[in-house]
Amino acid sequence: MVLGNLESIVDAVLFAHVSGRVITLATSIRQVSPSRITDPCFFRGYPTKVSRRLTSTDPAFTLRRVISDLKSSPLQAAHVALGARLVPFAGWNMPVQYTSIIDEHTAVRTRCGIFDISHMGQFIVSGPNAAAWLNELLTNDIAKLGVGQGQYTLMLNENGGVIDDLIAYRTGEAEFFLVVNASMIDEDFFWMAARQDEQVVLQNESELWAGMAIQGPNAARIFSAVFPNEILPPRNGIMTTAAGSVVCRTGYTGEDGFEFFSPGAEAIGYWDQFLAAGAQPCALGARDTLRLEMGYPLNGSDLSPERTPIEAGLGCFCDLEKGDFIGRETLVRQKSEGPGMKLTAIRYLEKGPPPRSHYPVISAAGNVIGELASGVLSPSLMSGIGMAYLPAEFSTIGTLLSIEVRGKTFPAQVVKKPFYQIPHHK
Amino acid sequence: MSMNTPADLRYATSHEWVRLDGDIATVGISDHAQEELTDVVFVELPASGRAVDAGDPTAVVESVKAASDIYAPVSGEVVDVNREVEADPSLVNTDPYGKGWIFKLKVTDATHVFKLMDAAAYENHIS
Repeated sequence: MVLGNLESIVDAVLFAHVSGRVITLATSIRQVSPSRITDPCFFRGYPTKVSRRLTSTDPAFTLRRVISDLKSSPLQAAHVALGARLVPFAGWNMPVQYTSIIDEHTAVRTRCGIFDISHMGQFIVSGPNAAAWLNELLTNDIAKLGVGQGQYTLMLNENGGVIDDLIAYRTGEAEFFLVVNASMIDEDFFWMAARQDEQVVLQNESELWAGMAIQGPNAARIFSAVFPNEILPPRNGIMTTAAGSVVCRTGYTGEDGFEFFSPGAEAIGYWDQFLAAGAQPCALGARDTLRLEMGYPLNGSDLSPERTPIEAGLGCFCDLEKGDFIGRETLVRQKSEGPGMKLTAIRYLEKGPPPRSHYPVISAAGNVIGELASGVLSPSLMSGIGMAYLPAEFSTIGTLLSIEVRGKTFPAQVVKKPFYQIPHHK
Repeated sequence: MSMNTPADLRYATSHEWVRLDGDIATVGISDHAQEELTDVVFVELPASGRAVDAGDPTAVVESVKAASDIYAPVSGEVVDVNREVEADPSLVNTDPYGKGWIFKLKVTDATHVFKLMDAAAYENHIS
């Protein structure tokens, strides 16, 4: 077998800054680097989509060290002390696991986990025209947000394709706090800056903020232990602590919990307090299994500039009545005609090898009808789950399909999202 | 990392171990390899009777995050596979040199096993 750090990240899309270019690394890499786990390696001259198996001797790529190009989280020393495996992710050196993905996943589902999300981006949008301007750039109706409330929303290109999915919080009558994907910070910012309104101030504060996501049934208790004098905001809400940190009642796991942003220099102190209060360190590997069990999309895998939110099943986050916004026209058309392709949840009917992105999806008639955008062995269900863009006629719940793995097919069927029901959900 | 590298086994650079008994070589993955993988959740076994050359991908071990080929450390014919590890893949993690073995080869040339690394050389290889 081949051991290398990049095989640790096969289920996440990576963006590597190499020679000033941003390269999307494909997700189906099974074997990549014979180098030691401590060598963050990136690909150069890499094909942007890989569906065949690669080996380290494959002439299709060469490996190169670009350690100096990687950004480090303010929490990096804590990760190293905890024995985390660090991998390049979205240009950052981030932990992919501490103990094991299943162990960390279970901690979040049954107790509480804490994730370093310092790589994520934060924009502040303010000014008298901030709400109206954001409403032209984002799909959800930002006017519905009262101060202290947040919403999941998407930023689309002119064709209705997804640039990024994000959460927008209203922090004042004319001030908004946006949290965007790490891999998209620059692209989002340039897209917004190119359309800037004179009455709006757009600030990229991503470098200033460290972030942690505290997730699990015990999250509220842990918040109270660390902040006895603060009140956790309601679901999707945002508040600022007396010390100036930002607390958002949101997450990417389906569990109760909150996302916490503080200045980088203060992060380690809070991290230690959350750990002392009972949160278990959890990393990107578990973050991916947790979000996929909920059917939450990952930009770059399940969302792309070629797919609209209607196709991705995110139509409820697109307000087609609020007025014009970029990409609306396509959404209106797709909504009336019905999308030709739908991001479809698929679950194995029996035991099989873990489904992974790019594995072919086969119809009952034996035709290849798509490929998995995301796939994983669900630790909660101990069953293979995945999502694929399929022609709409194959997206009805109960449709029998199969997933092809190394030339063999494994029976599966279309299921309802989420794959996993949170038992203690209020 | 606590490393467990039994002295009576031979090791391939690709992290498989071999235990030779007559002309039968039992193959598994090293403690180091299982520790790197963590959470083995699926093992795909080769067909019995299959002839393999040294270096051929012969089995697949999958963790939650990755699928890894297991290569034949020496040439031979697959004469036995571990159905127990197919039913309970975590045996690869909990007992990599015992119940976690993966397949057995009737080797073409037993002397090839001794060209593989001994425990000291393998420990040096992974350090």
